[in-house]
Amino acid sequence: MANEVGTEREAFGLAPTATGQRTVAARFVDRPVVWRLLSIILFALIWEIAGRVPVSFAFPTFSATAVAFAEMMVSGELPKAYLSTLQPLILGIVLSTVLGVGLGILCGLWRPGEFMAIPIFIVLQAAPVAAFIPLVTFVYGIGIAAKTLAVMLLALPVIVLNSYKAVRNVNASLLDMCRSFLGSQRQAIMKIMLPDASPVIFAGLRLGVAAGFVGVVLAELLITPTGIGDLITFHRSRADYAEMYATIASIIALSTVTLIALQWAELRFLRPEKRSAAR
Amino acid sequence: MMMNMAAARPLTPQPTAPDAIVEIRGISKTYGADVEALRNIDLDLPRGKLTSLLGPSGCGKTTLLKIVAGLIPPSAGTVRVAGKLVEGPGPERAFVFQDFALMPWATVLRNVGFGLELRGVGRTEREATAHRYIAEVGLVGFEQKYPHELSGGMRQRVGLARALSVDAEVLLLDEPFSAVDEQNRRKFQEDLIRLRTTQNKTFIFVTHSIEEAVYLSDRIVLLSPRPGRISGIVEPNIDRSGNPDDIRRDQRYLDAVEEIWQGLRKYVE
Repeated sequence: MANEVGTEREAFGLAPTATGQRTVAARFVDRPVVWRLLSIILFALIWEIAGRVPVSFAFPTFSATAVAFAEMMVSGELPKAYLSTLQPLILGIVLSTVLGVGLGILCGLWRPGEFMAIPIFIVLQAAPVAAFIPLVTFVYGIGIAAKTLAVMLLALPVIVLNSYKAVRNVNASLLDMCRSFLGSQRQAIMKIMLPDASPVIFAGLRLGVAAGFVGVVLAELLITPTGIGDLITFHRSRADYAEMYATIASIIALSTVTLIALQWAELRFLRPEKRSAAR
Repeated sequence: MMMNMAAARPLTPQPTAPDAIVEIRGISKTYGADVEALRNIDLDLPRGKLTSLLGPSGCGKTTLLKIVAGLIPPSAGTVRVAGKLVEGPGPERAFVFQDFALMPWATVLRNVGFGLELRGVGRTEREATAHRYIAEVGLVGFEQKYPHELSGGMRQRVGLARALSVDAEVLLLDEPFSAVDEQNRRKFQEDLIRLRTTQNKTFIFVTHSIEEAVYLSDRIVLLSPRPGRISGIVEPNIDRSGNPDDIRRDQRYLDAVEEIWQGLRKYVE
């Protein structure tokens, strides 16, 4: 019925009702997925145009990059590279998470720990850590240990410092509440401190994981030409720019997806009340 | 005039009142080197009554309540609750916090059952208890909501239900309505009067509102500003069995409010 009225009005040369228009628009605006997809499409479009202009002979179009990506996936070149890159990356990030969160919480709870460890991490966070990487090679050689260490050098400081700050700023009233209802020290840590600190800890984890990706790529570019770093170097040297860009784009995409997954996990398991707000 | 004098007469608290559930002896508290919050408080709080600690800001009334709760150690003196020396929080006391102290990541149901959860009570049992007290404070239908979805008054109802559900003899309420808007505060005060008739508990109530103290209390302990000392005890002796609205028109209510104001006025001027 409503549709018919709409066409009737159009037939008479009348504009569709303003309210009808607004609800359709509102429904569109309310869906963040639509906007996100639009943003990606727009980005790909600008890339395609820039590639066709061309901005530089070394700048492939989006479509060429996408084709190169598909070919590298099919040939097994990319999966093989990731198999090699992901090992030190995952190892480094898992170790950084466990050590970093643990150490940060310990420093937040225990004064001597704070005095001993926190200054080191403040210095590490301020230092241009990439400058240490040749040093790491010197000590740990060119194997997985060196690459894992590179990941941890970048990821650990921000994870430790955020976890430490999170624990330091836990809601004192909630801790009092836990104590007054006869909660043990352990219950206070597990049931109050960790969930209350989790947003700041997870903010540190997100930064740490992103830094870990930087670390592994740096290590593969600077220490040993393997995995993703090797693919980038190799294709650059052969002027296969589409392949080079496909590799770079793929690692950026993986890093982004990992961070989104981390955020989802936090909302799902630790802070369910923020799910509706964050969407 | 006679009655006013009787009401305002500062009673010397009996050291060994037979019905005292909380016995406070020689409590002093000094923060740091020179901030004296409380000086030599002797006080008995009768079983089954609602006693208010009333005084201007900074008179140490919350400090005294937290010492009774075992959350703050006193600098000197002892507190006994039901004959037992207070050395920390205990199962016979439950606290209601000024800022509600609800876990924002937990539902109303879990927040109310949290005291039982900490004591290791199984899930079905503690949820059954929590449901009962959620009904008692009038929050049925909000069990699965999170604190940020509730108004201030409803949040404090959750705090009260949590304190009730651990079945403590003594409820310690630290300015529970100060972060609740006026309309909700009145409704909540009425509900508290009703709750007192069903829950046979001792309430210790900290407030800076004279009207609130008189409206709710069997006994009002007036504290002087820092260092906090007992400056008087008032027993308004109001009949609360009828319509709660009548209390505010009761002559004894009005007289007690006036008496207390006259007693406290000198600290403000």
